Amino acid sequence: MAARLQLGHLVAAFLAAGILGTLAAVAWFAGGLGGLTEWDWRAVRFTLWQAALSATLSALLAVPVARALARRRFRGRGLLVTLLGAPFILPVIVAIMGLIAIFGRNGALNEGLRALGLPEIGIYGWQGVILAHVFFNLPLSVRLILQGWQAIPAERFRLAASLGFAPRDIARHLERPMLREVLPGVWLAVFLVCLTSFTVALALGGGPRATTVELAIYQAFRFDFDLGRAATLGLVQIALCIGALLAARWIAVPAGFGAGMDTAHAPPAPAGWRRWADVVVITAAAAFLLLPLSAVIASGLPRIAQLPAEVWDAAWRSVIMAVISALLSMAACLALALTVARSGARWVETAGMAPLIASPLVLGTGLFILLRGIASPQQMALPVTVAINAAMALPFGLRALIPAARTLQADYGRLAASLDLRGWARLRHLTLPRLARPLGFAGGLAAALAMGDLGVITLFATDQPTLPLKLYQLMNSYRMADAAAASVLLMALSFALFWAFDRGGRLEPDP
Amino acid sequence: MRTALALLLLATPAAAQDRVLTIYAEDYVASEWGPGPAIKSGFEAFCDCELRFVTGDILPRLLMEGEGTEADVVFGLNTDVLARARASGLFAPHGQDTSDMSLPIEWTDEIFLPYNWGETAFVYDETRLDNPPASFDELLDADVRIVIQDPRSSISGLALLLWVKQVYGDEAPEAWAKLAPKVLTVTRGWSESYGMFTSGEADMVLSYTTSPAYHIAAEDDLTKKAAIFPEGHYFMTEVAAQLAGTDQPELAQQFMDWILTPEFQAEIPLANWSLPAKLPEADWPEVMRDLPRPEVTLFYSEDEAEALRQPALDEWLRAFN
Repeated sequence: MAARLQLGHLVAAFLAAGILGTLAAVAWFAGGLGGLTEWDWRAVRFTLWQAALSATLSALLAVPVARALARRRFRGRGLLVTLLGAPFILPVIVAIMGLIAIFGRNGALNEGLRALGLPEIGIYGWQGVILAHVFFNLPLSVRLILQGWQAIPAERFRLAASLGFAPRDIARHLERPMLREVLPGVWLAVFLVCLTSFTVALALGGGPRATTVELAIYQAFRFDFDLGRAATLGLVQIALCIGALLAARWIAVPAGFGAGMDTAHAPPAPAGWRRWADVVVITAAAAFLLLPLSAVIASGLPRIAQLPAEVWDAAWRSVIMAVISALLSMAACLALALTVARSGARWVETAGMAPLIASPLVLGTGLFILLRGIASPQQMALPVTVAINAAMALPFGLRALIPAARTLQADYGRLAASLDLRGWARLRHLTLPRLARPLGFAGGLAAALAMGDLGVITLFATDQPTLPLKLYQLMNSYRMADAAAASVLLMALSFALFWAFDRGGRLEPDP
Repeated sequence: MRTALALLLLATPAAAQDRVLTIYAEDYVASEWGPGPAIKSGFEAFCDCELRFVTGDILPRLLMEGEGTEADVVFGLNTDVLARARASGLFAPHGQDTSDMSLPIEWTDEIFLPYNWGETAFVYDETRLDNPPASFDELLDADVRIVIQDPRSSISGLALLLWVKQVYGDEAPEAWAKLAPKVLTVTRGWSESYGMFTSGEADMVLSYTTSPAYHIAAEDDLTKKAAIFPEGHYFMTEVAAQLAGTDQPELAQQFMDWILTPEFQAEIPLANWSLPAKLPEADWPEVMRDLPRPEVTLFYSEDEAEALRQPALDEWLRAFN
């Protein structure tokens, strides 16, 4: 046990050192931190505001969807749950095009409104930014909350039924305590994702009012080459994240349902109007999340067979890198979650969330400065990308794994200790079977995110392009139709990887 | 997993030759759809060396590496960053005669050598826009939705800022105030904007006078046009330069000597979708010869552009806030 404790601490220390070290390296190279302009502060305000609103909406909207999915059983439910996860793993540029196809000026929605003689809706502006962020993050929120529902032992629901609980009573005694535990973490994860948003916010924000801190960092770095200011902005971003982290921890309260025999049974499914409400909720969520995806597929699918060989080479390279990233990420995630569950070390959890708060640009630049003496950037490009992608996926995996690991520790920790179950045996017979689901989910997310990531590697530069890089090269060469086909390929591969890992985690554990 | 990692590392090609010319290039250059492959095979045919492209954010990387950089030549710098690149003192003169270039402006720079050029323009689809604006003034009053790029993250976005500044001078803030409501959105880079335009979301997109050539040559699509304004269009060029501290001075100079030759320049139009820096118009591909050309070319010198950048950016930001 002591050995594994140290592993989690080690991973956390490594992450913290990586995030702060790269920031320090950038500041050191610049000869100190730089001052901020009036426009930078506006960017800070907009970033905070849109991230808070996006996170709140995503988390609140996800509750009815997750509840409907948790208590209803229908044909294709498993597939739908998996499919609904797709937007989260979409490359940003692809998602923007999909959203425009539905919600844009000439999108399906406005075509419909025009046909009915109704006024059109405009996507460009703060509402577009929020819409896109909810589109990206609703899937993650639904999945995390759904796991919360599934983590309520079936015995509690049976007890509730025998006590004659109405849906309202179930909500009060079982569901609300669960949400109180899960929602702050969900909110935090979405908030942090939106905090570092850049391309989406700009493209749908309708102009520079929608400037985020990440864009200001990009400007300082790329256009002004003012690394001191970039470092200051990176620091501001980290401060915002830590503030959010503390707030979320203050709100979250463990639900404490205790151990159950099994958690695979569905919660009671009330009949009457609630049944119809659930149907409406599931249909609306599916339409919102899947229609833009269908638009992307429809535009790209016809040309996919004509894609040049270089695109397939890049795709293959991306798949290998994504799988390695995912395995690395799962190992780190497990070590961190077990340490957090056993020791309750808060700094370990914070360090696990840290990759989300680091500006990719500051991270990449810092790594470049730190590593250039050690090996040629050319050789570092792919390994660094793999490692960074593994780290970037940690915060999401941890959101799923930490609650499960806490429950495991609370329910089985004492039993395992009394049996002296430790080390490899404990991992194999208790930990892995019990945590297989969230672990598979974490691996799937890591693989899919790694697949779609353009990378922090533009500085390292490589002659071995990944698929997202090829996608941009196609667009930059005017080949929009081929780019659409490459998007579909990228989407399909990301999704297949996610499905494979996630499915692997859902196989029945050893009896 | 370890095997796969080893495979990735091994896949990094070792130098095939002792003589390697390392060129830092913008990402699009080296892709198979850019001019890179033709440049590589063309140069290797006579240099008895290997040409290696390293792509990415070339200037930031160069500034961080300083004297220790492994680059021998940089390829693809834009005019907006030349002042900073020059101030680094890392570059050596190109040694070419630039008196008879096919550029619309005079080029006397001894360090940076243009290999292509073009002008900013708003591109439209004539099947979707019946009355395209015939001048910048008309654009300010037209009922159109346009997409542009952010001057803080995109070179073409910055060119638009300087274009407006040169056309409207002190009245640029008023011009921006009229233009802002027509701006559907501002994207991070050119490709997002252009994608929005081709998917039918925007009526006009900030792009280049040469953009229609791609649609004509590669797609037989004659409907995409660049609106030509009598006020003039802003000049853009991409340049190459050799590093003073190169360990392959002979190869680097050989490469610089090759850039303005007809063999090299002939590759530019259809691989780069821009105009060649030194090639008689008679030798341009027909599709480029037939493009409508602006009568007036606008351009700020490096020092003027550098001095105007921040004030113009502030004006732009205020117009939208």
